[in-house]
Amino acid sequence: MSDDFAIVTEGLTRRFGQLTAVNRVALRIPRGRIYGFLGPNGSGKSTTIRMLCGLLTPSEGEAVVLGLKVPGEAEALKRKIGYMTQRFSLYEDLTVLENLQFIAEIFCLPRARRRGRIEELMEGFHLTELRRQWAGTLSGGQKQRLALAAAILHEPQLLFLDEPTSAVDPQSRRDFWERLFELADNGTTLLVSTHYMDEAERCHGLAILDRGVVVADGTPATLEAGINAWVVEVESERARVARNAIAPLPGVFSVTQLGARLRVLLEREIDEPQGYIQAALDQAHTPATSRLTSAGLEDVFVAATQGRYRGGSA
Amino acid sequence: MSCITRLLAVVRKEVRQLARDRLTFGMIVGIPMLQIMLFGFAINTDVRHLDTAVVDQAGSQLSATLIADAEASQVVHVVRTARDSTELQERMRRGEIAVGIVIPADFERRLQQNDRSAAQLIVDGADPLILGAAQKLTQMELQQDSTLQQGDGAPLFELYNPYNPERRSAVYIVPGLIGVILTMTMVLFTAVAIVRERERGNLELLINTPVRNIELMVGKIIPYIIIGLLQVSLILLLGRFLFQVPIVGAIGDVYLATLLFIAANLTLGLVISTLAASQFQAMQMTFFFFLPSILLSGFMFPFDGMPQAAQYIAEVLPLTHFVRIIRGIMLRGADLLELLGDIQALALFTTLTLTIAVLRFHKRLD
Repeated sequence: MSDDFAIVTEGLTRRFGQLTAVNRVALRIPRGRIYGFLGPNGSGKSTTIRMLCGLLTPSEGEAVVLGLKVPGEAEALKRKIGYMTQRFSLYEDLTVLENLQFIAEIFCLPRARRRGRIEELMEGFHLTELRRQWAGTLSGGQKQRLALAAAILHEPQLLFLDEPTSAVDPQSRRDFWERLFELADNGTTLLVSTHYMDEAERCHGLAILDRGVVVADGTPATLEAGINAWVVEVESERARVARNAIAPLPGVFSVTQLGARLRVLLEREIDEPQGYIQAALDQAHTPATSRLTSAGLEDVFVAATQGRYRGGSA
Repeated sequence: MSCITRLLAVVRKEVRQLARDRLTFGMIVGIPMLQIMLFGFAINTDVRHLDTAVVDQAGSQLSATLIADAEASQVVHVVRTARDSTELQERMRRGEIAVGIVIPADFERRLQQNDRSAAQLIVDGADPLILGAAQKLTQMELQQDSTLQQGDGAPLFELYNPYNPERRSAVYIVPGLIGVILTMTMVLFTAVAIVRERERGNLELLINTPVRNIELMVGKIIPYIIIGLLQVSLILLLGRFLFQVPIVGAIGDVYLATLLFIAANLTLGLVISTLAASQFQAMQMTFFFFLPSILLSGFMFPFDGMPQAAQYIAEVLPLTHFVRIIRGIMLRGADLLELLGDIQALALFTTLTLTIAVLRFHKRLD
């Protein structure tokens, strides 16, 4: 059973003094998939990943990663996992080639294999031209390619990526995700932590974390379908005024402005959500149009972090 | 246009940051205190109580008086008697004594004749300050017997300075300088090299790889050991050809002793690296260690001139032991076995600091 899963955790908890950074997290992450951790800063994403790598000892609960118990068997696990840090952590004063050679040697790749693997990666990641350049002088996108190449050099079965695309432009980000899907197709399991919705949307499955607790999990589609709220979109030339008219209404728990549009989340208990909102707008003499719409991942995120997500029960 | 509020805002901000940087604040207070204590109390160029051995072949009452008078001058402190001058010189080579007094069998006859010195003073005159102190003794007069007219004749002691007969200070300084330079570079290099890795985030990458603590530490240390040996060779060559500093002992012993000293400094650098949060802090801590090392080790000022408390502190510093060892080998031709005490002290220091470093250097983050 656990062979189908790259990561299985039960009641995983980590406390730092009074603070409970990760609270009874239960995960089942299938192999060969891209799984996302979506959550605001301080929601326990990094702490969870560190426990899964065996770098932090859980206060309670257990985790089995690639069939190995952590932290007990962490040293054996290190050969099977890759880790791409949020901050560029290769040596800026070594060249692209020297960095890759260093990592290959650290992982004790057989000498015969080393050269071929490095060549293959430099080719595949468009680094061949840059091989003699110092890593510190690379652009954000190039650094990211190098970091990913280094992280998968030893062909890990499981790859952790900690907010991997925070420092690159949109085009590099697209290319980067193409590579991640390619890795997943070849059987690698990927765990990506992020606070970008568009990144979370690309994952096969994801868990939304808030203050150390998994508040929602599933595929992006089931998450969107399972939101326990109405979403009404309001369009108005005077969006700020419209917002002030809507926000205090009972049952409205979130209003987000996007330029001239407002995205309003309401409790499911309200019978005629669109009419309810429109009435309030008319009463405030605010010219605006409104319509009921389907939930996006961001709406799920907002609802879940406010404790208003109940999975598929709605 | 300048504005006093703006200026004061910068001043206030700077003071706040300074008060929160505890290490820098500690240096602001600590450095002057350290300096004044060291220079005021510990550093004493007026050398007293030099460890001394006596060969008394006369065995008379007058020779006993001579010894008592010499001790009364407070320059020497007789710690043992020796059978003959061979034993005396051996003890000096081992670094056990700085001064030897030889009173010949015909001591009293020599006193009467007054045309040559009655006794011999053997001095480890490698240190000019010790030599200076010993010279005061030669001007001493025997108080007991005022009938003897020796003030206008030959001095009471004949001075014999076997290890630095030309009294050149370079001879004395250069061996110790090896220790000083190694202390400065070795401690700092290791400390900074590891802290830099943490500061730049490289360590975050490394802890997720199979690399072991010990591999990481030893791997980082080896290049610096080689650098240290190169530095020593450079100093030895310059000392030899520019200043004609002799290497009386075996060159192999010089390198063995140096290797041990390098190890002691590198492990200390490792400990500092586990304490410092930034490269700057590592530099501050190194400096804190370097200052007492250079002042108390006996490199600059004679060990015997320092008060007891300062001597205890100095015994903890590796440089103190290395200065004794390297001077013993290079100037007095001692071999490593004869300097075993100081070598053991260095080995103990290395073992202790390495243990602390390994214990403190956690691969896990918690």
